[in-house]
Amino acid sequence: MSDLRELYQEVILDHNRRPRNFQKLDGANRTAEGYNPLCGDQITVYVRLEDGVIKDISFQGSGCAISKASASMMTASLKGKTAAAGDALFETFHKMVTADLSVTFDPLEVGKLAAFSGVREFPVRVKCATLPWHTLHAALEGKGQTVSSE
Amino acid sequence: MKAVNQVAAADTLGGPRVAFNVERIREDFPILKQQVHGKPLVYLDSAATSQKPKVVIDTVTQYYLAENSNVHRGIHFLSEQATRAFEDSRAKVARFLNASTDQEIVFVRGATEGINLVAQSFGRMRVKAGDEIIISAMEHHSNIVPWQILCQETGAVLRVVPINDHGEFLVDEYAKLLNAKTRLVSVVHVSNALGTINPVKRIVEMAHSRGVPVLIDGAQAAPHLTVDVRQLDCDFYVFSGHKAFGPTGVGVVYGKAHHLEAMPPYQVGGDMILSVTFEKTLYNVIPFKFEAGTPHIAGVIGLGAAIDYLDGVGLDRIAAYESGLLAYATEAVSAVPGVRLIGTAKEKASIVTFVLEGVHAHDIGTILDQEGIAIRTGHHCAQPVLQRFGVPATARASLAFYNTRGEIDALVRGIRKVTELFG
Repeated sequence: MSDLRELYQEVILDHNRRPRNFQKLDGANRTAEGYNPLCGDQITVYVRLEDGVIKDISFQGSGCAISKASASMMTASLKGKTAAAGDALFETFHKMVTADLSVTFDPLEVGKLAAFSGVREFPVRVKCATLPWHTLHAALEGKGQTVSSE
Repeated sequence: MKAVNQVAAADTLGGPRVAFNVERIREDFPILKQQVHGKPLVYLDSAATSQKPKVVIDTVTQYYLAENSNVHRGIHFLSEQATRAFEDSRAKVARFLNASTDQEIVFVRGATEGINLVAQSFGRMRVKAGDEIIISAMEHHSNIVPWQILCQETGAVLRVVPINDHGEFLVDEYAKLLNAKTRLVSVVHVSNALGTINPVKRIVEMAHSRGVPVLIDGAQAAPHLTVDVRQLDCDFYVFSGHKAFGPTGVGVVYGKAHHLEAMPPYQVGGDMILSVTFEKTLYNVIPFKFEAGTPHIAGVIGLGAAIDYLDGVGLDRIAAYESGLLAYATEAVSAVPGVRLIGTAKEKASIVTFVLEGVHAHDIGTILDQEGIAIRTGHHCAQPVLQRFGVPATARASLAFYNTRGEIDALVRGIRKVTELFG
C-alpha cells in the first residue's frame, strides 16, 4: 500500500476528484487532442496564447486519475507563464517521472508537480502523466494535430 | 500432466469421470506458482492470452531440442519427423473443430490474420460495389477493420447489427439487415469485451437461407466451449492458439473445402506452389495454397499438444467448471458498492467486465497489480462496444479453468481496496 500512496498522493486524488480548468476555453487560439491508445485516455488542451504568453489554458476529456490530475495541475501551473517556460517545465517534469529513483529534485523548480515523482516507480503509468504535456506541446506548436502517447 | 493422465485413466476404465480438481489442474501450469509484488499471482487475464500447461512448453522445447527441421521440404529424417508432427497437429485441430477433412484447416499467425485472409481472399473475390457485409456491434477491432478496408477497396457497405443493454446480439435487427445485397456475415462467437455467447448457429441458418456465407470469430470461444463447425455449418471459423493454451504466433482458419478451393492465395511464396516458371505459377492444393513460407512449426506442434491437453481435461467439464466460477465471480464483484457490470447477457462465458464509479479502469488495474492480480483495463480492442455503453474504459477479469474461487475473493478484496483509496 505504501507504494500506492506514493503514486496516488492526496493532491493527485484531489485534482482527480475536482479537476481545475476542466472546461472548453472560449477564445482559445491553440488546441490539440491527445490519445493514450493503451488505456483509452483522451484529452483536449485549449490555450489562449498572446505574445508568447499562456493567458489562459484549460482541458477536457476522460482518463485515469494520473492523467487527469496531471492535466489539472499542468493548467494550474502554466496560466500566465510564457510558452517557453511551459516547455522548460515539461522537460523538468518529464525527467522527474522517468528518472532513476536515486535522483532528487529541486522543489522550487517542480513546485506542486513534485506530487508526480512517485510515477517513476510505475513505468506503465508514465504515459498517463505525460499525455497532457505532450498534448499541450502539440497545441503550442500550433500544428493542431492529434498526438498519441504510444 | 499428472492430473490429466489420471483423468484419462479413469475414462478408459469406463468409470465415472473423476471430479474436476482445480488444484491438480493448477499443477499443470508452472507460471501460476509465482509471486508478483510479493503476493501470489492471481491471473485473471486469460482472454488476452491464456497460460500454457507444462506439456505445451515441453513439446515446444522438445521440438527445438531434438526435432527442429523444415516441413514439407526435406527427404531427410528430421524433416520427415517435423512434417509428420506438423500434420498431426492439423489433424488434431480438424478433430477439435469437427471439420470434415484436415485440408479444411489452414495455419496462420492468429485469429486476426485468419480474418484478414478471408477478407482479402474470399471477400475480394465475392464482394463488389453496392454489396453489403454484416458484422455486429460487439466485434473486436480485428473483425471490423479488415471489412472496413474491403469496403473501401470495393465500394461495398458495412452494416452493423446492434446489441441491447445486456450486450446481446439483436436477432430481429439482424433479420432486417439481411437482404439481397448481403454478401457476407462475420460475427464473433464469444465477445471479448462482454463475454456474450452469440447464437451463432441461428445466425448461420438465417444467412444461409439467403445463400450468404458466414465467418465466425472464435478467438474467445475455442478455449471455453466445444466448437463443432459442421453442426454450426459456418463457412469459416477462426481462432488463436495462444488463447487456447497453446503458443503465441499460431492460429487457425477453418474453411469449407469448396470455398478454399475457389479462393485465390492470400500470401504467396514458397511452399504454396506446385511449379514456378517466370511465365506461370501453379498453386499448391489446399490447405498449402494458403501457407506461404516456413510456418511457425514449433507453434503448430505446441498447439497440437494444447488440444491433446484440453481433450484430456474435457471441454465439457471445463465449460461446466467455468460456468460455476463465472456465476460466483459475477455475484461477488457486483456486490461491491459502486461496481456496474458491463455485459450481462443470459448466455455468457468466462468474462466479468465492470466499471467502478469515480475510478478509471487504469487506476483499478494498477492497484490490483500491486496485489498480484492481473486484469485487463482499457478498451479491449473493442472501442465501439465501449461507446455503446458510454464508458471510456472498463476493467475486465477473464477466467480460465485454472482459476479458483479464492482468486475471485482476492479480486473482490482488491476492488474494495481501490474504493478505499479513492473513497
